[in-house]
Amino acid sequence: MTEAVEMKVSDEIAISIQNMNKWYGTFHVLRDIDLTVYRGERIVICGPSGSGKSTLIRCINALEEHQKGRIEVDGTMLSSDIKNIDKIRREVGMVFQHFNLFPHLTILENCTLAPIWVRKIPKKTAEETAMHFLKKVKIPEQADKYPGQLSGGQQQRVAIARSLCMRPRIMLFDEPTSALDPEMIKEVLDTMIELAEEGMTMLCVTHEMGFARQVANRVIFMDEGQIVEQNEPEEFFKNPKSPRTKLFLSQILGH
Amino acid sequence: MSDTHAESVAFVRETAIPPALPPATVSGPVKWMRDNLFPTWANGLLTVAALYIIYLILSSSLPWLLGGIWNAESLAQCREILQGNSAACFAVLSERWNQLLFGFKYPPELYWRPTLAFVLLFIAAAPVLFFDLPRKLLIFTGIYPFLAYWLIWGGTILTPLIALLGVVVGYLVFNRFVKGSFAAGMFGGVAAALVVWILGGMVFSGADLLSLRSVSSRDLGGFMLNMMLGITCVSLSVPIGIALALGRQSNLPIVKYICVVFIEFIRGVPLITLLFVASVMLSYFFPPERTVDLFLRVVIMITMFSSAYIAEVIRGGLAALPKGQYEAADSLGLDYPQAMRLIILPQALKISIPGIVNIAVGLFKDTTLVSVITLFDIVGMIRGPILASTDWNGVYWELFMFASVLFFIVCYSISQYSQWLERRLATDHR
Amino acid sequence: MLLNDTRYRSITFQAIALILLVAAIWYLMSNLFANLEEQGLNISYSFLGATAGYDINQTLIPYSSQSTNLRAAFVGVLNTLLVAVLACFMATIFGVIAGVLRLSNNWLVRKLMAVYVEIFRNIPVLIWILIIYFIMTAAMPAPNAFRGDEPAASMILGSFAFTNRGVYIPSPVLEPGWMIVLATFVASIIGIVAYRRYSTKLLYDTGRLLPRFWPSVAIFFIPTLLVFFLMGRPISLDYPALAGFNFRGGLQIGAPLIALWFALSIYTGAFIAENVRAGIQAVSRGQGEAAAALGLRPGRIMNLVVLPQALRVIIPPLISQYLNITKNSSLAILVGYADITATLGGITLNQTGRAIECVLLLMLFYLTISLIISLILNVYNSAVRLRER
Repeated sequence: MTEAVEMKVSDEIAISIQNMNKWYGTFHVLRDIDLTVYRGERIVICGPSGSGKSTLIRCINALEEHQKGRIEVDGTMLSSDIKNIDKIRREVGMVFQHFNLFPHLTILENCTLAPIWVRKIPKKTAEETAMHFLKKVKIPEQADKYPGQLSGGQQQRVAIARSLCMRPRIMLFDEPTSALDPEMIKEVLDTMIELAEEGMTMLCVTHEMGFARQVANRVIFMDEGQIVEQNEPEEFFKNPKSPRTKLFLSQILGH
Repeated sequence: MSDTHAESVAFVRETAIPPALPPATVSGPVKWMRDNLFPTWANGLLTVAALYIIYLILSSSLPWLLGGIWNAESLAQCREILQGNSAACFAVLSERWNQLLFGFKYPPELYWRPTLAFVLLFIAAAPVLFFDLPRKLLIFTGIYPFLAYWLIWGGTILTPLIALLGVVVGYLVFNRFVKGSFAAGMFGGVAAALVVWILGGMVFSGADLLSLRSVSSRDLGGFMLNMMLGITCVSLSVPIGIALALGRQSNLPIVKYICVVFIEFIRGVPLITLLFVASVMLSYFFPPERTVDLFLRVVIMITMFSSAYIAEVIRGGLAALPKGQYEAADSLGLDYPQAMRLIILPQALKISIPGIVNIAVGLFKDTTLVSVITLFDIVGMIRGPILASTDWNGVYWELFMFASVLFFIVCYSISQYSQWLERRLATDHR
Repeated sequence: MLLNDTRYRSITFQAIALILLVAAIWYLMSNLFANLEEQGLNISYSFLGATAGYDINQTLIPYSSQSTNLRAAFVGVLNTLLVAVLACFMATIFGVIAGVLRLSNNWLVRKLMAVYVEIFRNIPVLIWILIIYFIMTAAMPAPNAFRGDEPAASMILGSFAFTNRGVYIPSPVLEPGWMIVLATFVASIIGIVAYRRYSTKLLYDTGRLLPRFWPSVAIFFIPTLLVFFLMGRPISLDYPALAGFNFRGGLQIGAPLIALWFALSIYTGAFIAENVRAGIQAVSRGQGEAAAALGLRPGRIMNLVVLPQALRVIIPPLISQYLNITKNSSLAILVGYADITATLGGITLNQTGRAIECVLLLMLFYLTISLIISLILNVYNSAVRLRER
């Protein structure tokens, strides 16, 4: 592994979550979540399946509704006001486990759709931006193909480029490498590392511990809907405090 | 394995084996027949039985078909020519050809107009059915309904022209404002279209341009009527079906239940009761001073009927889309109309096309039901004017066979298309 | 702004939808009442109690022209159900046979069935009804063709007569003791099921597999025949016979019923055949190979592996085909079969002029039927889903 990425964290608050709770029916999925993310921070969230880590980041861009507590993104309160929700979604990009590219549109159209319709950017400018980001994720030559013609790793890189085209200030990653074949994981992680080096604020649900060591400046461990432990990666891996964290780490690193 | 055969394991081929024909028992017609017709005793019996059935059908129908009489004035004359032999009297088809196709009231000297409309239909339908054709052809598809209206019903070209103009202006306004918000585009478009129609109606009322002799709806008939009802109702019911499907999938309980009740009500009653509504009941629901002709009332009811079925097909398409598509659209900040219009519907409709085509075939066959409420479609023509005439009273076989052949050609080719499309969609790099 | 808040947004939209709906209904209703008033009409169902004044040729319950319109409608309901049940039964037989044969390894049979399916699916059922009705009325001999020393037509097997007035078949005559025969028959069917269960249990417990086919056949026939003869043949058949210009005795099935029954069966059978074929094909590929790899014989593969799974795929569309048959039976009006559409929606409507009332009652009837059928479908689907867990 290469050296850990240099940290460029400012004091400006990007996301602030206070006392947030969420239920599915009567099932308490998220319990008293408190989390402050500073601009430029790269946070990796891990934990066993069903611990609520995906739900947490999906609450941040209102894909899931929270019932109690407050979430503030970029100074905008997440409320039931649609204008606020739209504003937050414009500022927050998201990458999914299963890519969720639009199969009926070409790669280029996938990337320009939201800038044109949401940001109201002229088509030509949007296409230039899209090509810029496609170059950045190293697949500009695929621009006119359809998602189904690309490999999983390429699709996920397109998905990242698609989010970047909206010029988000925060990126959410929901297990971006879990659906990929082993040989494709690296190309996606490389793209994400590059993004981190540029100072993007990132929240990433992943089990790629190598990535966490190299990129994250904070690792959060969740279990049963609660934040159990958070620390700098060095300390987190070397010296886990909670027994649950220890058990989890021994299970995923133990072989 | 032991090591004793180590020497014989190493092997290098030095000459290539040329491909050879298989022995006769492995391929060839004998083998094919043994495999496909007589694999077992029981199966062989089945083959013999099938051959016997085919023989029965052919031996009774072929002489009748081939010995058919094509030129005669009446059934009596047919029988005279046949002199007791049993053969078809296809003369009824040649004599009543136009009536079967156009009905008995459409002015004969105007037959070229519906015929032309029919030919143009293929050009209009092509870009809808085959995605590979240039998209520019869709412009003609858009013009076609107005053109066909003008050709079939006649009258001044101004009426369809103003209607078309209204639609075009409405569409342009919609396109201009839809990026701002869907509601603005929609209301703007509808308002603009209305303005054009009202203004056009005022300015050009009584004006006359390129006037064709007008034909009233009552004079339409024959197979033309079946085609018109089928095509009009299916094309009208697709947008309504989309709206109903979206309504049924929405999370607004009241909207959802309105759609559910409508769809389930329509699907629960036979088409014939809806046609009864059209013929005896619907006029009660229009303002007393206005009369709506039967053709239009039938179109309204059949459209309601097919839109309920199409809604269910589209709902299936919507349900087949992965949830991730909705989430990705949301996370990019698209609002509901944008997500539906740009992401969800294009995909859902594509999956639904084979289903919609099947509904269309079923509906086309069901247009024959209008003969029950005294419209003279092809079945109505056969049962009414033709069989009731003294000349042709008694020529059931030939007439029903003709109608069957027409329906078979249309329905079979559409369903072949639908299967082709299904295969293509299955292998499409989507 | 109400539209910008997720909490009120949906309520706002729904309120708008509701207002539009109420406005539309109000508009239609006000037109309706204005029209009714103008024509001096009202909405009333009292005509149902009035004398119908017309005859119905085929009835399952006593009915005469002096009966009420309500009873005429009821006769129609029973006739609809009669033809629907008969056609469902026969369409299933046609469909299953054709569907299975379409997968036969016999090329000729496969193609023949494909031709059947394509021809019947692609021609309107209404034309089929008319064609078969025409065969039944115009192409069949009149009853008097059966008379004389060298009749132009003869009865099939001495018991079935196809005439242009309908088909005459033997009718059963029941004498005291027939209940016992019937009870024995039912008991032996239960016996077959019990025997098969027992043999399965024996297989599970001891690994011994008893023969199943021949014992089943024996249980099916022997006890019933034994009791039948012991009781002195309490069930006999009354054969139709020529008497004067017409047939007497037996059971007459009118040409309209036959035409409707047969046309609906053979038309819907083509659709069912496709469902059956699709159902079997959906399962058979991988599952059949897996079962064969385990060493099961073809018959067992079908019974134990393919059919149980295929039925889940086949039965839901089959049930909706039954609904289609019921709805299509309304075409009876074309051939003069007195179903509910022909009595209530046809003659009663025309005689009383109560169009709105008649059409509403008609729709209500069909809606009830289709609700019942979709209820059955839902029950079946949830039962299947439970077993999947």
